Amino acid sequence: MTEPMVPISTVPTVERAGLWRRLIGRPVASISLAVLAIWVLLAVLSPWITPYSPDATSLDATNAAPNAVNWLGGDRSGRDILSRLIAGAGDALESTLIATAVAIAIGVTAGLVAGYYGRAIDSIASWVANILIALPGVIILIALYAAVGSSTRIAMVALGVLLAPNFFRLTRGLVIGVRNELYVDAARVSGLGDARIIGRHVLSAVRAPVIVQAAFAAGVAISLQAGLAFLGLSENNKASWGAMLQEGFANLYIAPLQIVWPGLALGIVVSALVLLGNALRDTLEGARPRPRRRGESGRLRRVIDPAEEGDDALLTLSGLSVAYPTRKGTTTVVDDVSLEVRRGEIVGLVGESGSGKTQTAFSVLGLLPEEAIVTSGVLTFRTRRPRSGTVRLLGRSVAYIPQEPMSNLDPTFTIGAQLMYGIRAATGRSRAQARREALALLERVGIPDPARTFASYPHQISGGMAQRVLIAGAVASDPELLIADEPTTALDVTVQAEILALLHGLQKERDMGVLLVTHNFGVVADLCDRVVVMRQGRVVETGTTIDVFQRPRAEYTKELLGAILDVDVVRERVDSEEGRVAAAESSAAGTKGAGSR
Amino acid sequence: MSVLDIHGLKVAYGHGRRRAEVVHGVTLSVAEGETLGLVGESGSGKTTIGRAVLGLVAPSEGTVRAAGHEVTAGMRTAARRALARDVQVVFQDPYTSLNPALTVADTLAEPLVAQGRGRAEARAAVAELLARVRLPADAGRRYPREFSGGQRQRVAIARALALRPKLIVCDEPVSALDLSTQAVILDLLIDIQQSTGVGYLFISHDLTVVRHISHRVAVMHRGAIVESGPTRRITEHPDHPYTRRLLLASPLPDPVAQAERRSEWERVRATTSTGTLLEF
Repeated sequence: MTEPMVPISTVPTVERAGLWRRLIGRPVASISLAVLAIWVLLAVLSPWITPYSPDATSLDATNAAPNAVNWLGGDRSGRDILSRLIAGAGDALESTLIATAVAIAIGVTAGLVAGYYGRAIDSIASWVANILIALPGVIILIALYAAVGSSTRIAMVALGVLLAPNFFRLTRGLVIGVRNELYVDAARVSGLGDARIIGRHVLSAVRAPVIVQAAFAAGVAISLQAGLAFLGLSENNKASWGAMLQEGFANLYIAPLQIVWPGLALGIVVSALVLLGNALRDTLEGARPRPRRRGESGRLRRVIDPAEEGDDALLTLSGLSVAYPTRKGTTTVVDDVSLEVRRGEIVGLVGESGSGKTQTAFSVLGLLPEEAIVTSGVLTFRTRRPRSGTVRLLGRSVAYIPQEPMSNLDPTFTIGAQLMYGIRAATGRSRAQARREALALLERVGIPDPARTFASYPHQISGGMAQRVLIAGAVASDPELLIADEPTTALDVTVQAEILALLHGLQKERDMGVLLVTHNFGVVADLCDRVVVMRQGRVVETGTTIDVFQRPRAEYTKELLGAILDVDVVRERVDSEEGRVAAAESSAAGTKGAGSR
Repeated sequence: MSVLDIHGLKVAYGHGRRRAEVVHGVTLSVAEGETLGLVGESGSGKTTIGRAVLGLVAPSEGTVRAAGHEVTAGMRTAARRALARDVQVVFQDPYTSLNPALTVADTLAEPLVAQGRGRAEARAAVAELLARVRLPADAGRRYPREFSGGQRQRVAIARALALRPKLIVCDEPVSALDLSTQAVILDLLIDIQQSTGVGYLFISHDLTVVRHISHRVAVMHRGAIVESGPTRRITEHPDHPYTRRLLLASPLPDPVAQAERRSEWERVRATTSTGTLLEF
C-alpha cells in the first residue's frame, strides 16, 4: 500500500483562542472580573490600607456626614465607615470562600461518585441531596447560631453543606451524560481504572459548568452571610457588611446615608459574581452567531405561479447561494445552485457530508437556521391549486419527510393527535373528518393496526413505523412536492426497502414531484429518475439516473462512484497454512472504477 | 488458533419483570488473522455481543474467552489491564469515541499509560501509531474537532493498535463515514490485519461492507445466529430466508441491477407476505 499521508489541512483549523481570552473579550466579564479583583485586593490588604482602625471610635465622627476626615462619614459609635467597609470586604471574602469551597468539595465529589457508579450509591446520595434542598436554610443557620454560638466560620461551613446539593445535581447529571460516551468505554477497554477514568475523562466535562455554578453560589453565600449579620447573628463588633447594614437600618432616620454604603458594596459584588457566571456560561456555550445585518435576508425569494397547461414544471430553483456569518466575514455553503423538479418526477440530490445538499433542501422549505443568509436565488413554484397566500399555499403543497423520525414526533401527544393537528391545520377539516382521514392514511402507509397506532405514543412504536407515520402526515395535505431529507438513513435495510417502496407507490399514485436528499447511491439507483450531484456547495453534475451512473461526466462523480464499495468483492481465506490470510481480490481491486461498470 | 471463543452466550438487560434477554445462546469463534463479520439489524443483539467480548456487559449464561482471558463484566483492574493488552475496540461513532478535551497524542498514549509504560516510551509510540494509520506526525498536537470523520476513525484505529492486540472488536467502524471514506478505512483495516495477524470481530448492518472485509460471516436475527459460514456462500447462496431478505433489501448502486433486485424483492415479499410488515 502506498497510500499517502492524509492531509489534515483540508479541515479548517477551529479557532484555538482559549476560553480565557474569549471571556475577557466580553465587556461584562472583564468589568465583573475587575470589580471582583478590587474586592479581593481590598480584602487581602485591609489590615494595612484602612485609613483608621475599623474599631477606633471618635466622638467627632458620630453619625458624621461624609467629610474630609471621614470620607464616607462615621457611624453611630463614631467609627470610620470607609475603614469598616474595607475591613468588611475581608469578612465577606472569607465567608464566601468557605461556603463555596465546602459546597464544591462535598457536592462535586458526591456527584462524581453517584453519577459514575449509579445504583444504590446514587439513590442514597440523591435522597440526602433532596432532604438538604427541602430544609429551610436560613432557619437551620439561625438554629445553629443558637446552638454553637456566633461563629461565622461554622455557619459558613453549614451554608456550604446546604449549597452542596446544587453542585451534586449538576455534577451527577453531567457525569451520567458522560458515563455513556463511547470514549469512556474506550478508556475502560484500554485498561484504565475507575479513579483514572473519572479524573481524566469525567472531570474535564464537569469542570467548566462547576465554575459557572460556583460564581452563582458565591453570590448566594455572600448575600446570605450579610442577611444573617443583618439579623444580628454575627460575631460581636466584627466589621461586616451585614452588621453595617443593620446599624444603618437602625439609624435610618438620623443618618440615612449610612445604609447606602454597605448596600452598594454588597450589590456591586453580588452583581459582579452573577454577571461573571452568566458571561462564563455564554462563553462555554459558544459564541452567539452574529445577527443578520440590514439588507441580509434569511429567506429565499419565492414566486408562485399557476401551472401552465401541458407544462409539468413544478419547482425551479435558480442561483441559490447561502452563507453563514463567521468571525471574519461569511462563508458560503451553497454556491449558485440551480435545479428543477418536475411533476411526477423523483430527483435525487446527492453529495457527501458538507456538500450543501441539506442546506439546499432547507432553503426550499424555509427552514434555514436563524443566522443563515440567503445571498441570492429565486424559487419558482407552479401550483395547480387556486392561489391563497404564499405561506399557506406552500404549507399545503410542499411536504417534508425528515431523517430522524423519532425526534420529529412530539413524545407528549399521541400519534393520532399529531396527525389530526397537521390535517386540520392544512385543510381546515372538522375533527371527525380529520380522524377518519388520519386512520385511512395510516392504513395506506402500511401500518397493520391503524386504530392502535392512532392511539399510541411515539415511544410505543418502532423507528420504521414512526417514519410511516411521518410519511402519512406529509401526504395528508395532498402535496404537489415532497422533500425527503435522508428519509431512510436512520433505518435498517429491510425497513429501508419497505419505506422506499412506499414512497415510490405514493409518488406514482399522487403524481407528486419528489426531491430526495441522500448520500446513498443504492437509494438513488432504486428510486430516482434524475440526479443532481453536489460538492462543496456547488452542483457538479445533473442528468438522468442511468446517464449519471453509466456515463458520469464530472470527475467528482466518477470519483464518488468509484469509491463505492464494490458489491462483487468478496474476501476469502487464501492461505491458511501459516495462519496468515490474504485478501482475495480486495487488495488488488478494493474498489472498482466506475468506468468498468 | 482461535483468538475468540464464545460459547452459549446469553445476555439480559433489566431486572425483575422488566428483564429482557437480548442474546439467546450464541456460539462463535474468530481465528488468528481472521475476520468474522457479524451482520444483523438494529436490535438483533450484535452490538451486545461485542460489548460482552470487551467486558462491558455481563453475560447471564455462557462463556467468553478472548485471547486466553476469561472475560466477565466485573473484572478486577489487574485482569482488565491484562485483557486490554490483547483485546481492543473501534467504535462506530468517531465523534463520541474520542474525548474532545484531550489531544490526539494524549488519547493514543492512554492505553500505554494504563499499562504503566513511561512517558518517553508512550511519546515514541504515538509517532509510530500515527504513521501506521497514515496521519502526519503533527496530528498528535491537535484536538479531535480539527479532524474529519474519516481522520478521527484513523485515530480510533491507532488507539486500538497501541498495545498490539490479538483481537479487535470493530463495532460498525465505517457506518458513520462518507461512502468514499468507507473504502479507504476498510482497506486500512485489511492492511493492518495482513501485517499484524490481528483477528477482527467485525460488527455491521451492511452486507456490502461485511463482504469486503470478512472471511466468514454470521447472520444475527433477534438475538440468535441464524446462519454462518464462508462469506461467499452466505452472501451469494444463503440458506436462511432472513439472510435472503436482508440481501435483497440492500439496494445496489446501479440502476439496472437494482431494478432486478427490487422486482426480486417484491416477488419474495409477495410470497412470504404477511410476516414482513409485522416484523419490525
